Amino acid sequence: MIFFQGYMKYWREDYSSILAYMYEHMIISLTVIALSITFSIPLAVYLTKIKSDLIKTITFNIANIFQTIPTIALLALVIPLFGIGFVPAVVALFLYSLLPLLRNTYAGMNSIDPGIIEAAKGMGYGTIQRLFKIELPVALPYIMSGIRVTSVYIISWTTLAALIGAGGLGDLVLAGIGYNDSMMIFTGTFLAIIIAISLDLVINKIEKIFSYS
Amino acid sequence: MIELKGVGKVYEDGFQALNNIDLAFENGKINVLIGPSGCGKTTTMKLLNRLVDYTDGEILLDGRNLKEIDPIELRRQMGYVIQNIGLFPHMTIYNNVAAVPKLLKWPKEKIKKSVMELLQLVNLDPDTYMNRFPSELSGGQQQRIGVIRALAADSSIILMDEPFSALDPISREQLQDELISLQSEINKTIIFVTHDMDEALKIADQIILMKNGHIIQKDSPNNIIANPADEFVKDFIGKKRLTPKQKLPSLDNFISKSFVSIQSDSSTAEAIKQMTAYKLTNIPVVTQDDMYLGSINLYGALDNQEETIENLVESDTYTIESTTETVEVINELNSINTTIPVVDGNGKLVGTLDPYQLLYEWRVTSEYECGEQ
Amino acid sequence: MNFITELAVYMAENSNELLALTIEHILMVACGIALSLVIGIPLGILAARFQKLAPVIISITNVIQLVPSLAMLAILMLYLGFGFKTIAIGLFLYSLLPIVKNTYVGIKEVDDGIKEAGIGIGMSPLQLLAKIQFPLSIPYLMAGLRLAAVIAVSVAAIGPYIGAGGLGKEIISGISLQDDIKIYAGAIPATLIAIIADLALGLVERKTKKRLA
Ligand SMILES: Nc1ncnc2c1ncn2[C@@H]1O[C@H](COP(=O)(O)OP(=O)(O)O)[C@@H](O)[C@H]1O
Ligand SMILES: [Mg+2]
Repeated sequence: MIFFQGYMKYWREDYSSILAYMYEHMIISLTVIALSITFSIPLAVYLTKIKSDLIKTITFNIANIFQTIPTIALLALVIPLFGIGFVPAVVALFLYSLLPLLRNTYAGMNSIDPGIIEAAKGMGYGTIQRLFKIELPVALPYIMSGIRVTSVYIISWTTLAALIGAGGLGDLVLAGIGYNDSMMIFTGTFLAIIIAISLDLVINKIEKIFSYS
Repeated sequence: MIELKGVGKVYEDGFQALNNIDLAFENGKINVLIGPSGCGKTTTMKLLNRLVDYTDGEILLDGRNLKEIDPIELRRQMGYVIQNIGLFPHMTIYNNVAAVPKLLKWPKEKIKKSVMELLQLVNLDPDTYMNRFPSELSGGQQQRIGVIRALAADSSIILMDEPFSALDPISREQLQDELISLQSEINKTIIFVTHDMDEALKIADQIILMKNGHIIQKDSPNNIIANPADEFVKDFIGKKRLTPKQKLPSLDNFISKSFVSIQSDSSTAEAIKQMTAYKLTNIPVVTQDDMYLGSINLYGALDNQEETIENLVESDTYTIESTTETVEVINELNSINTTIPVVDGNGKLVGTLDPYQLLYEWRVTSEYECGEQ
Repeated sequence: MNFITELAVYMAENSNELLALTIEHILMVACGIALSLVIGIPLGILAARFQKLAPVIISITNVIQLVPSLAMLAILMLYLGFGFKTIAIGLFLYSLLPIVKNTYVGIKEVDDGIKEAGIGIGMSPLQLLAKIQFPLSIPYLMAGLRLAAVIAVSVAAIGPYIGAGGLGKEIISGISLQDDIKIYAGAIPATLIAIIADLALGLVERKTKKRLA
């Protein structure tokens, strides 16, 4: 009870800075998610269209290496190129998020029943029409679930953006470590989890709209 | 009219899939391409909508060289139905059928009218099915949609690649019948690929029999049966069609020799006991030397338990002589639904026949023989 | 060019210290992973044996994964204090999901025919598990281990925030001193550990798969 009262007091006093951390966190995450979607999905679609296995292997291996590099190492490695703050954090997290989205979209496009594609061709859909009216809509449930999973990861990883001065809820956690302050740590943690879960639910709703089976 | 003149196809890997094909598909006819797997049926069909380009000879569509027509335009003028149906899973039935008319930018009203008519044509109620998704339809219903989707743009040529072969036998027969009646209304030039001779004989105006990228024989169904060009054609048609008398195994194969009967001097209680034990509604009654007298009905016996068997026996029941042709029995079967007693020339009971069993085995055997080809 | 030579000189000069940090890093990861193997495999087996437990076990490990790594370490620090023990437990918790999930899936995936054959020759459920199901699930476990190792190397690198050692120390002091050389001197070996772990365990995974194929 005392803890709870203390907790309420903490919120009353600090809510504006807490919300600021949360806002920063969401801005970084959403930027990364948007970048990742606009880059990975077209790339994955392109990979399903080309014949060269070499290009596919190289692309996936590069994405895999980014994913393998320890997160903080990747964040640190971009500092010499972009300094500290928002930009390097977004760049590093973007590189980190390539693989899951690339993989899901690629698998989604490849999972389309060849009969559907043949029918579309035979009915006289042009290449571009086929892509936008048939293939992408058919693969959309897959792609959306890739977006959902990746977004949840990105929210979690963004906590580390604070380590290179980009702010966000990680700052709250870091401050909590510094002051040995459980309220700060728990607040940062819960808010990060809540953002992740809310995003998961929202995208899940959108997924339902696009699902057809 | 589509004409193929000396057409050949060599695939990128150097494989010669078609060799010197000369063919004409007349307007308003069902043309069936048939032959063993890998003989080039699909390749031939895909030449027509240029999903595959020919490497030799020329193809004329109403006198126009096919290669002068834009492939996308060409495909929108030809209906296309494939074996795996290929309905678009994210579109409603309405939008699936409306796909090509939309590509052709028809006015909305015209599209709607056409879709409604087509759904009715294949006995699918538009109000019920229009807004469903393909996954909510049975396989047979899906392929009906596949067929009318190909008809939607009112193209005069329809290409169908083994459209019914993935369906269960009953749906397949239904769709074949529907296609025939549909064709009498719409009069399209249909090019139909199959590997099932029954199907070909049933629907074709012209059968084109292929093997290893060559045409072996092209003729009407009757002429193919009457004058098969060579042993291969004979084999492919199947011996049973060439000698229709022996089409079915003899009745002997279907007669059950281990049947239950009851002697006329037994008690009625005994007859009831036998029938309940073997779950029969009828039991044949015989004399001591197995001569067939008639049969007793379970309900009759239960109602008159004090009567003797001799008074209860119905002697005017339907029987079959063991030497009857199987075909004749099948023709009679429609009206019979109980086990039928089988007697020899002297009226001696030699077995019973389960009509369901007979129909079932007949189905299995005839399918087995088709499947073999 | 200049930067690379400077980096090489720095790394050569501090090779002893860097080596010590590397060893420390590997040690932390090894402890965390060992713990998660010891506890995760039995949990995975339990989940596979008792269908009712499966959703509970899997969702608990899923929830753990939802907590951002920095926040997880911070929370552990509140209760366990600074140091090696805390980071080892953090790595254990963080690598638990892939181990449990893959053990579970691996055992579930064992072909029914093979199971029946085992039962048919008179194996008890325990023997079936020990002699058939578990050995056949090893390729899956290996894939889980590989994932767990990469994650653990990554999380271990933020260990210094809660007083642990390892290569993160070099990276973090590089970040705070804005010293690019130090950043790379820490990030490169950390990345190499992750990539080598990924490749080596990938090789083991393929080998176990091949042996069973
Ligand atoms: N794209 C291709 N490349 C090379 N060979 C092919 C290709 N498509 C089909 N073939 C070959 O051409 C032959 C005829 O194929 P197809 O027309 O599909 O036969 P079917 O009569 O069974 O429909 C087969 O031997 C097949 O392996
Ligand atoms: Mg074919």
